Amino acid sequence: MTARSRRRPTRGSWAGVGFVAPLVVYLVVLYGAPLYENVSLSLHRYTRATFVTGQAPFTGLEVYREVVASPQFWPTLGHTAFFVLVSLFFQYTIGLALAVFFQRSFPLSPLLRALFLVPWLLPIIVSATTWQWMFDADSGVINRFIGVLGIDPVWWLNADHSLVSVTLANIWLGIPFNLVILYAGLQNIPLELYEAAGIDGAGPWRQFRSITFPLLRPVTAITLLLGFVYTLKVVDIIWIMTFGTGTSQTMATWAYGMGFGKGGSAVIKYSEASVVGTLLLLMALVMGFVYLVVQRRQEVSR
Amino acid sequence: MRPTHRAWWKTLLGLLLTAVMLFPLYWMVNVSLTERSAIRNGDLFPRSFTLDSYRQALGDQLPYLGTSLVVSLGTVVVTLLVAAPAAYALAHLFVPARRSVRFGLIVAQMVPAVVMALGFYQLYSDLGILDTIPGLILANSTLAVPFGVMVLEAFMLGIPRELLQAAEVDGAGYWRTFWSIVLPISRNAAVSAALFAFLWAWSDFLFASTLNRGGGNLRPITMGIYDYIGSQNQEWGPMMATAVLASIPTALLIVVAQRYVSAGVTAGAVKD
Repeated sequence: MTARSRRRPTRGSWAGVGFVAPLVVYLVVLYGAPLYENVSLSLHRYTRATFVTGQAPFTGLEVYREVVASPQFWPTLGHTAFFVLVSLFFQYTIGLALAVFFQRSFPLSPLLRALFLVPWLLPIIVSATTWQWMFDADSGVINRFIGVLGIDPVWWLNADHSLVSVTLANIWLGIPFNLVILYAGLQNIPLELYEAAGIDGAGPWRQFRSITFPLLRPVTAITLLLGFVYTLKVVDIIWIMTFGTGTSQTMATWAYGMGFGKGGSAVIKYSEASVVGTLLLLMALVMGFVYLVVQRRQEVSR
Repeated sequence: MRPTHRAWWKTLLGLLLTAVMLFPLYWMVNVSLTERSAIRNGDLFPRSFTLDSYRQALGDQLPYLGTSLVVSLGTVVVTLLVAAPAAYALAHLFVPARRSVRFGLIVAQMVPAVVMALGFYQLYSDLGILDTIPGLILANSTLAVPFGVMVLEAFMLGIPRELLQAAEVDGAGYWRTFWSIVLPISRNAAVSAALFAFLWAWSDFLFASTLNRGGGNLRPITMGIYDYIGSQNQEWGPMMATAVLASIPTALLIVVAQRYVSAGVTAGAVKD
């Protein structure tokens, strides 16, 4: 039953307004105001001098043009695309494989599934520092491991390889989320379908391709769209591992570094940071609308 | 049912997969228990065992752990105060522009935190609440309020209307109905919302590192760990020990409240 069909025709009572008012005020003050502030910053030229003089001339889209023309823009966008798409692909594939693995319960399966959740809910700074140490060039366990296989040590966290390293760590972080959602989706597939397919002589792979994957499509769409939005805004795992240096600079860490004068950007550049932030916001919103459309379609077809 | 030997084969494989997945966490514990001089040897278990790292971590980090606890509990309170009444209204009362409110909640979850941090920074410096705990609590609550409303609303929609009407017939006002019927029934959903609010606030790095960097001891534990990263020679032992300490509340909550975690994830993401 959908939410709408439960809407209750009340007799003109406005009590609901009172109950919902704190939330509306909250959304306006704690979302509306910062977002307005951010967009306004991106349309004015804020500099350090602004603090002294209070002057921030309106510049329209001028700062946008400068940011897009900057030599960092396209490479950073490319890193972001790599980070998001590669993360999503592996998180989803591995998450799905694990969800299918856990689909029928076996001894200890509830406990093991719970343990799989732990990396996702731990503070990211915990995982990020651990990965940083594991990727250490001289004494990191990963170089030691590939050394056993006869591969030369890799400078995982230097400018060239940092994007791959943070993406690997992020894949690890995202597997549990994909596992939980896809596992829940699998529970809604009727077992009889598999039994019937088994009687017809379909093997496990055939069953996966003809039953599991097609019936999971709606959940897949939601998982990937949400994953896209969440991955696009990742700052912490990257920042903590590499300070967003080299190839690991994404749109989000670029904005963070410029906005707060950290890492490669020693000078605070509010306006540039808000420009990048606003672009990021637009990308997230576009995906958000796709998400809403997909969700609505699913509700209608149900 | 399937033959048992196949099930045990799956258990073995499951154990192996879990071990691979949790290896980084084992490695963190391993390093935290290894003597400083031996950390770079990369032994597979703490052969040069010591608790020194924990001694130092506790000495350095106890105030930050306290701050994190206060901030996280504060975030839980703010989240439930705002989310629970609104969820009740959205589920069962007449709310004009209900769809716009729901739409706003979904959009709110899409906003990148770095955008929020930039906006908050300007607002907070104007209001003079940078580096304060209430400021950090408010910022952290934005991570959880939209999610909280959606989880609670999804649950409250399942409360039969007849039950609420019966309360009305008995003369209970909306507030009484909410407080003595809807809230107690929705306890599980409220626990899920509270749990995630706590975990997200406890893990927050972005708001703490921007809105609260000058907070001294009134900074959360994530900043305590970050201090170690920023220092000249990274002290891996105490850093990993602090990471373990910071993980304990999360790990405990996941084990104790596992079913609320799963319920929350699926209610928030795949609305059914």
